[in-house]
Amino acid sequence: MKEFNMTGFIDSIETFGLVDGPGIRSVLFFSGCALRCKFCHNPEMWKKTGKEYSVDDVLKLILKSKPYFKRNNGGVTFSGGEPLLQVDFLIGLSRLLKQENIHIALDTAGVGIGRYEEILNLVDLVLFDVKYAEKNGYKKLTGNEIFESEKFIDCLNQSSKPVWIRQVIVPGLMDNEDYLKQLAVYLKKIKNIEKIEFLPFHHLGFSKYDALGISNPFVDVQEMDKLDCENLYQRFLEIRDQL
Amino acid sequence: MREEWNLFQDGIWTKEINVSDFILNNYKKYDGTEEFLVGTTDKTKSVWNKCTSLLKEELEKKVLDIDTEHMSAIDAFEAGYINEQDDVIVGLQTDAPLKRSVNPYGGIRMVYQELDAYGYKLNEHVDTYFNKYRKTHNQGVFDAYPTSVKKARHVGLLTGLPDAYGRGRIIGDYRRIALYGIDFLIEQKKKDFEALDSPMTEKTIQLKEDVSGQIRALEEIKSMAKRYGFDISNPAKNAREAVQWTYFGYLAAVKENNGAAMSLGRVDAFFDIYFERDLKAGFITESEIQEIIDQFVIKLRLVRHLRTPDYDELFSGDPTWVTASIGGVTEQNESLVTKTSYRILHTLTNLDPAPEPNMTVLWSEYLPETFKKYCARMSIETDAIQYENDDIMRPLYGSDYAIACCVSAMRIGRDMQFFGARCNLVKALLYSINGGVDEVKNDLVIEGFDKNTDEILDYDKVHDAYFKMLEKVATIYSDAMNVIHYMHDKYAYEYSQMALHDTVVRRLMAYGVAGLSVVADSLSAIKYAKVRPVRNELGIAVDFLIEGEFPKYGNDDDRVDSLAKEVLEKFYHELQSHACYREAVPTLSVLTITSNVVYGSKTGSSPDGRKKGEPFAPGANPMHGRDMSGAIAALNSVAKLDYTSCCRDGISNTFSIIPSSLGHSKEEQIENLVSLLDGYFIQNAHHLNVNVLNRETLIDAMNNPSKYPLLTIRVSGYAVRFNRLTRKQQEEVISRTFHERI
Repeated sequence: MKEFNMTGFIDSIETFGLVDGPGIRSVLFFSGCALRCKFCHNPEMWKKTGKEYSVDDVLKLILKSKPYFKRNNGGVTFSGGEPLLQVDFLIGLSRLLKQENIHIALDTAGVGIGRYEEILNLVDLVLFDVKYAEKNGYKKLTGNEIFESEKFIDCLNQSSKPVWIRQVIVPGLMDNEDYLKQLAVYLKKIKNIEKIEFLPFHHLGFSKYDALGISNPFVDVQEMDKLDCENLYQRFLEIRDQL
Repeated sequence: MREEWNLFQDGIWTKEINVSDFILNNYKKYDGTEEFLVGTTDKTKSVWNKCTSLLKEELEKKVLDIDTEHMSAIDAFEAGYINEQDDVIVGLQTDAPLKRSVNPYGGIRMVYQELDAYGYKLNEHVDTYFNKYRKTHNQGVFDAYPTSVKKARHVGLLTGLPDAYGRGRIIGDYRRIALYGIDFLIEQKKKDFEALDSPMTEKTIQLKEDVSGQIRALEEIKSMAKRYGFDISNPAKNAREAVQWTYFGYLAAVKENNGAAMSLGRVDAFFDIYFERDLKAGFITESEIQEIIDQFVIKLRLVRHLRTPDYDELFSGDPTWVTASIGGVTEQNESLVTKTSYRILHTLTNLDPAPEPNMTVLWSEYLPETFKKYCARMSIETDAIQYENDDIMRPLYGSDYAIACCVSAMRIGRDMQFFGARCNLVKALLYSINGGVDEVKNDLVIEGFDKNTDEILDYDKVHDAYFKMLEKVATIYSDAMNVIHYMHDKYAYEYSQMALHDTVVRRLMAYGVAGLSVVADSLSAIKYAKVRPVRNELGIAVDFLIEGEFPKYGNDDDRVDSLAKEVLEKFYHELQSHACYREAVPTLSVLTITSNVVYGSKTGSSPDGRKKGEPFAPGANPMHGRDMSGAIAALNSVAKLDYTSCCRDGISNTFSIIPSSLGHSKEEQIENLVSLLDGYFIQNAHHLNVNVLNRETLIDAMNNPSKYPLLTIRVSGYAVRFNRLTRKQQEEVISRTFHERI
């Protein structure tokens, strides 16, 4: 089958992912991303510089973890980078994973190059990264227009696949009432949301900027306190329910 | 049936000694949750408070007190109590809690070092006796050791051999006392004695002499129990007696012997039968049951042996490995989990998380979900549990086996073990490159090998020399073990423990290895990269320069994982080719406990890039920081090592993870840990230690020990209070791979 020979660029594979979807997951970090988010903690995956793997290689690696997937819908998460950019590889691999009955989660900002229906048809869960809920802020933070991600959301709504929303909370940007309201309004556009996760901004990716020699735009931004982030989430739920 | 057995289901067990049959005929499995568990009683609080302050005092002084007047023996000490009126389970090793006894049978020189270290002096009579009139195990061994063994010992090719301290790793079937009473056991031993008849071959004479000693030991256990006001001639009549009498058996063992690991065995389903009978009759409440278990566990926590400072360096934290095997299933895959399995684990909540008893859950696919989740929760909260794969041990040992020490399975009362510490596989590799010369001491240890003089190491050449070296090393190792156990039987035989075994037992010769991951990575580097030795003026490779990449053990990469397997198979095959003392069956373990630090410190730089003196990875773990593909890949590499046909004495793996990497909420963390254990063991992996904690917590605990008096962590095969490790070991634990991602 032709799928086996397709190749993709993968930065790394985490075999014990427990925070990117349900259960125990193999997380594939795809190389390459169109966005340049200022809070990005994986800047090494911006360019398509990872190791080239064939679909067959990746499948073999994933199958080694299959005994751990049994409970709670464990499986594979495509993350990165942006998995939607390597569309042939993504689709080829997903088809084979489906044949093996492995749960697939797609962790994405929704900024790809099309064929979204085809992709969404194959995945079981979408982890959608809301970068910023308002278009000017989105552009400032990511360097891109919000438009492409909205195309993806349209397809997502038609696919009726379950969605987990992920929002990084950066102090000074998202930790205020106005933003929470904007977010609540924005999320009304997305159907089938099962879960909303607030991820506190942290400094664990800072050393990567130094190593890559890229200037870090958020070098002076404080880490988000975990407890404050949890409180903010509770406040968000109140705001949403009042809408 | 005897009246003490009233309401029990009949079976073979009523006609012959067969505790397993009693359990299978009478136990009641429990599939429910932990809801029924209760807290401590006032009596337990009183006893435990007293112990807490004594333990604190002991930690400051290192040794609380030593009895220098008596020699260790089953019945040498007056009765001792913690709080006499509140002690629900009674019996101490000496006449006071935490007071250690002197055991000179292993070696009198060790006793001097031990007493010296803490400012004590030996009673003159004992001194004269053991110097003038009686030989010790240690003297016996050195009277017979061949030069090759002495050399291997001196350089640290073989380390930790039980030639100067008790070998341990023997589990008496202490339950037999409760179920049958001492008199019946004596009667059976007398029959066995009579049956051993002409011709009087060496084998028969030895066994006959053993049995006579065992009978005397049984009498002594009875007399020791009497000091505490109990007549244990007949079977236990109720649950409290059943626990108390089982404990007397264990107590006799730790009074008589100072084995490195003296494990408890498997008591959960056994005790539970008695608890259930008393509950049904309305003789006991849940609170009283938990009180008995709590106090039994307190007693186990107070077991102490006198050790030298050298010993402490090897096995940190005063471990006694009172390993308690819990759970498992029957040969028909029926759960053996009872309420008492929960009650024993619940002592970690009721008292505090502590290293002893060494809680060992026998994990099976068929364990009830509720129990799996409870264990996972207790792991996350206490870090005090290790897991071993019942599904691969049960086919070999049946459903009534227990773990001795960390990972050694034995059929209770039917198998015993000749503990063999371990061989340094890394040193053996360096010897094969350096013509048998030790890279640290420059002594010629193994003759008949040429020094490798190649500029770049050739894989086939090194492999060939290494495997020949392993043949030589296996011969020396086997010789050492045969001498040690011959002498141990002769001068420091464990009468009380062997009295609680069948007369004809299977003996296991338990060899071990250290440094497996270093060897696998070294061979891989030589095979897949370019390794250039840096030699000193004597032509000894003292360092290695590596050019290029090579696959590393711990990434689920068959290219290197197969090398680890191959080395184990070769070494085990060689060990098997040597006849063992008393027809023992050779077994092999991959286990280091904390000795990976000491082994590393005695070993030069290795071809994998590890520098001279740096610690090895513990047990079968990948080297720190080399597993780059996440925990599952690391676990899968270890899971490939073959338990059933190669390493039947156990394959130890320690797994540490920070809580937030295990899942967002506690429920998710529990679910994920259960998935992890299921996924690991379904691939026939053998053992996993689980630590769920933050690296920052450990660093803080290292710098501010008083803030964390109870912090317990699992170190290959056993648990230890973190503040009882040496600084070097603490640093090593912290540097170990923590599984975390951002």
